[in-house]
Amino acid sequence: MPAKRLEAHVRQQPRVAIVDLEGEIDSFAEDALNAAYAKAESQNANVILLNFSKVDYINSTGIALIVGLLARARKSKRHLLACGLSDHYVEIFQITRLVDFMNVFPDETSALAEGSKMT
Amino acid sequence: MATLLQRLRQMRVGRVKSESQMIQMHGADLSRQILPVPIDIAPNDPIVAYFLSAPGAVEIDKLHLESPALQALKTTGVKIAVPLVSQGELVGLLNLGPRLSEQDYSTDDRGLLNTLATQSAPAVRVAQLVRDQQVQARANERIQHELRVAQLIQKTLLPKDLPALPGWHVNAYYQAARQVGGDFYDFIYFDDDRLGLVIGDVTDKGVPAALLMATTRSVLRAVAQRVVAPGQVLERVNEILQPDIPPKMFVTCLYALLDPSSGLLQYANAGHDLPYHRHRTGEVTELRATGMPLGLMPGMSYEEKETVVAPGECILFHSDGIVEAHDAHREMFGFPRLMRLVGEHEDGDTLKEFILDDLAAFTGPDWEQEDDITMVTLQRTKGYGVTEVASRSTSRANEANSDNGNDWRTLAEFTLPSEPGNERQAMERVATAVRTLNLPTKRLEQLKTAVAEATMNAMEHGNHYQPEKPVSIQVLASQKALSVHVKDHGVTRTLPAHPDIEAPDLEAKLAELQTPRGWGLFLIKNMVDEMRISNDTSHHTVELIMYLEGEGHASEKT
Repeated sequence: MPAKRLEAHVRQQPRVAIVDLEGEIDSFAEDALNAAYAKAESQNANVILLNFSKVDYINSTGIALIVGLLARARKSKRHLLACGLSDHYVEIFQITRLVDFMNVFPDETSALAEGSKMT
Repeated sequence: MATLLQRLRQMRVGRVKSESQMIQMHGADLSRQILPVPIDIAPNDPIVAYFLSAPGAVEIDKLHLESPALQALKTTGVKIAVPLVSQGELVGLLNLGPRLSEQDYSTDDRGLLNTLATQSAPAVRVAQLVRDQQVQARANERIQHELRVAQLIQKTLLPKDLPALPGWHVNAYYQAARQVGGDFYDFIYFDDDRLGLVIGDVTDKGVPAALLMATTRSVLRAVAQRVVAPGQVLERVNEILQPDIPPKMFVTCLYALLDPSSGLLQYANAGHDLPYHRHRTGEVTELRATGMPLGLMPGMSYEEKETVVAPGECILFHSDGIVEAHDAHREMFGFPRLMRLVGEHEDGDTLKEFILDDLAAFTGPDWEQEDDITMVTLQRTKGYGVTEVASRSTSRANEANSDNGNDWRTLAEFTLPSEPGNERQAMERVATAVRTLNLPTKRLEQLKTAVAEATMNAMEHGNHYQPEKPVSIQVLASQKALSVHVKDHGVTRTLPAHPDIEAPDLEAKLAELQTPRGWGLFLIKNMVDEMRISNDTSHHTVELIMYLEGEGHASEKT
């Protein structure tokens, strides 16, 4: 099965930097994910939204990468949000308690509506 | 008159050795006999040439030659020696001491002696030949007896039956040379279904080789039951055998350990001919691992290697009797030819016949087999004998679940090389295998995640991402439950059967007090109804269980 390596692109919205993720979040995703996050940080966005709508696989290594981003965001006092997760990965975010530390929204619109209010 | 017939015999070492035999005549005066002392006559002693050219009886006292034999004849009191010549060869001497009358031997006496010598020489020659033949016959009988003993030892100790492994065909061939070399092969069975394969060759032939072969076989069997790793097995066998093996004798031996379920073949080699691995592509590779023959030196270590025999692939173990066979022009059969034959013949079941036919064509009809010929072939069937595996798995699964009467069936069984990312294949193949169970989407996604995480663990922690170490996955289903076995080849870690898996401390991870990793087992535990871990000496198996009915199943419906 051809692996879909992660592609990550940053879109700047008012007050929110959106990181569009596409592919798989596993050990191969580390560089792309961190680079995109760094780019989002560099745009002085206080809120960073991870858009998972085109992510079809997250494994435990991917969870660890997200934990790493969340730690980074907390350190720099940024808000990290997530949207577009499938029901299965929402469940995984609940089991791992990631939802306790990052707001998870069903889609980009609801995430932006909430995120734009954050300071 | 005392007469001494001195007989000469040509010895193998090239010396003329004399033996004395006294013929005592009636009325002989024993005090005047010549002494029956054996006289050694060297082939280059000038007296030999003299006797051969002498027309008849020779007066010893009148001879003057630089000859040790002549001196010996004089010392023993010989007065007259009559050469016994047959077909130009000195076969003996008719030796006479002084006459009892103390008179010289007369012309008539000499004539009589010459006639006697002429007539007795062929008789002595015939007697010598008969005696030589008897000695030779006794030696031959000893050799034949020894060969029979060696053959008996060999025949008694070679396996009577071939292993019956589901999904595999094992064949063996052994043909002793006339002189019985020290070839042997053996199969060692283990409780966990693994199979030990041994092929070896003892230097020397006959009974000594057979005895050493028997000893090696016994020691190896005993050690293999206690030590698992093939390299360590050979190391230990060498330590035990080495002090007792006579100088200039040693044993070449290859020991391989097959896991029939995954096809993993671990092996170590004590100087034996390298086995050949025929891959599905037709490519043939050698199974190369270095190590000195057993019994040469103490303190040897043996490299340990492994390969995976995939369905449709074959391994040939062999001894040097094939490659060292010669044709009429003294050309050797050789390794390249054998390797080529293995590549040309796809069917491992008939490979040995294919090789023997080619060997017969090579050596020609008058060939006398020079050394033992031994072959063991290990063929993994293409279809992996699904039915056989299913029945075996059933009993195992029943045992594991204490769920007698539960009708387990195998939905899929496959292996994957330990390469990053291959867990995706595992989850997709398991998802395909369980399609007929119509699991709800949520349950299916949970199962996929659990399979992916268990496979990752096996590849990373069990097999250390060594691609040649496969992860074996087996999917079983019954009316009540679904069970996925994920097995690695890790030998260095032991996992608890029912691990107490706590939720990772996310706060500590976010505060960067802990590594962000460490979610795998926790995820698995939360994705399936039950997780069991079992260890044996070289594998860890994680069993993922999902109930298809009852409490576990109901929970997913909520």
